Amino acid sequence: MRKKIKWKRVWPFYVMALPGLLYMIVNNYLPMFGITIAFKKLNFREGIWGSPWCGFDNFKFLFASSDAWTITRNTILYNVAFFIVGNVTAILIAVLINELQKKTAKKLYQSLILLPYLMSWVIVSYLAYTFLSAETGMINKSILGPLGLEEVNWYQEKKYWPFLLIFFNTWKNVGYSMIIYLSSIVGISTDYFEAAKIDGATKWQQIKHITLPLLKPTVITLFILAVGQIFRSDFGLFYQMPRNSGALYSVTRTLDVYVYQALMKNNDYAMSSAASVYQAVVGFVLILGANKLVKKYDSDSALF
Amino acid sequence: MKSRENTVTQILANVVCALFAATALLPFILLAIASLTDNTWATANGFSFFPKEWSLEAYRYIAVQWDTIGRAYLMTILVTAVGTFFSILVTTLFAYAICQTEVPGMKLLSFLMVFTMLFNGGLVATYYTYVNFFHIRNTIWALLVPNLLMNAFNVILVRNYFKNSIPYSLIEAARLDGASEFGIFFKVVMPLSIPIIATIGLMVGLGYWNDWQNGLYYLTERGGSQYYTIQVVLNNINENINVLLQSSSVTGGMNIKMPSTTVRMAIATIGILPILAIYPFFQKYFVKGITLGGVKE
Repeated sequence: MRKKIKWKRVWPFYVMALPGLLYMIVNNYLPMFGITIAFKKLNFREGIWGSPWCGFDNFKFLFASSDAWTITRNTILYNVAFFIVGNVTAILIAVLINELQKKTAKKLYQSLILLPYLMSWVIVSYLAYTFLSAETGMINKSILGPLGLEEVNWYQEKKYWPFLLIFFNTWKNVGYSMIIYLSSIVGISTDYFEAAKIDGATKWQQIKHITLPLLKPTVITLFILAVGQIFRSDFGLFYQMPRNSGALYSVTRTLDVYVYQALMKNNDYAMSSAASVYQAVVGFVLILGANKLVKKYDSDSALF
Repeated sequence: MKSRENTVTQILANVVCALFAATALLPFILLAIASLTDNTWATANGFSFFPKEWSLEAYRYIAVQWDTIGRAYLMTILVTAVGTFFSILVTTLFAYAICQTEVPGMKLLSFLMVFTMLFNGGLVATYYTYVNFFHIRNTIWALLVPNLLMNAFNVILVRNYFKNSIPYSLIEAARLDGASEFGIFFKVVMPLSIPIIATIGLMVGLGYWNDWQNGLYYLTERGGSQYYTIQVVLNNINENINVLLQSSSVTGGMNIKMPSTTVRMAIATIGILPILAIYPFFQKYFVKGITLGGVKE
């Protein structure tokens, strides 16, 4: 039996949905059609539709350059490193904060460690500059200099940057994951710990055999989400922190930075649109795959 | 025995947590001190936690230049307030509409919303659409609309809240009393949703306050500078310094007028201050936003 829809009753809901729908069309769906740019030899006088098709030429150019390999490698490896370092640090802090008995101390540490998460990468680049600037940086002038060590030209020496970028990312984002883990730990039933205490388990044994194993589902969910995002990089981190230093490009440029530079600095629509579509399509496949995994493992956390 | 182990745990946990907290906090302190250091002294001796010569010169300079910096400050506040307001309105209305699963088309809208999380046109296509179809370059829309106004993530949070925390009987009762659907939304649903509105409002507001990318993409020095926010000003200073460094041998690069190092640190400091000022009062909403959005959707 079909229920009859009373249009008089339901029309307000369409009006409510309209602004959001229009926004998605403007912000998300029209640009999806814009990916045709990647298959065109763009000519501004003709616009997207008037420009001639060029098949996969733009992609051939992109993958013929050595950049394609470098930016893909950087994007993936940094994501892997960020995940491992970020989550290990976050779990460590969450477990320790949970052990604290004083409520005020708990809250204070939590607040301070979350603080960097609220800053933009521009601000963080200023914070880092006060430490790393070759001429006026704290590290060169107040630590290396007085110790009689040689000063380092931080923004020119690429060997430090993989570590620096991992540090910056962890510094800014660890508070976020720490809060997620802390809320999982708080959710663990106290019965387990009580029982363990009666059996004479030490603190370390409790952490090792109760807390950590029970955090596994959270780690796995975050891991699968991270797999879906492995082709995306935080533009702000990789664009702001190295201060656009050409000497560092080979270890600091990711897909997002490359797309931006090709588009805005070189006005190279061919390369940038090809890289952009490459990222979107591979990312899409990865997210679908990751979601399938979530569904298999824990269907409650699946995206759709 | 037990209590000694406990003491050791407490000391260890406190020391390690304090180390992490200090790592988080010290850069902010150095920035603030840098902005209060005498510029000549800083140039000669570098930034230090213990400068020998302090000075308010940087802040005096900002006060004199207040028509530029103050304007950017005002623009930041304006964009954050207007953007957050409309973001909340559009997000909650859309989320409420797609909760009505018996209304035809709403499931499709839900799917269209989720799909935006999976696939996007990327920067090039988005940029091209906004610049060539909507002509938002160097308009106020550039700061308000792209990427920030509504995102699927917030829609899902609000939708879940509506589904789980608003008793349906209340809505039915209002309907029986003859209230219109809009009346129900604004007078029944919204007042009951203050916690979730505060949570997403804070996240969205922070997004607007911190945004520099829209300014980078869609505002140009000639024509768009009246819309510069603090973050865009800070980013532009960075860009100009980088240009200066790369063209230092070429005389052309020297024409760019650059505020002194300590002034730059002072501008960054006043960009951070408002966040620091409200943080203690809204901290619990930030934490809530993260835990809600964290793992279970």
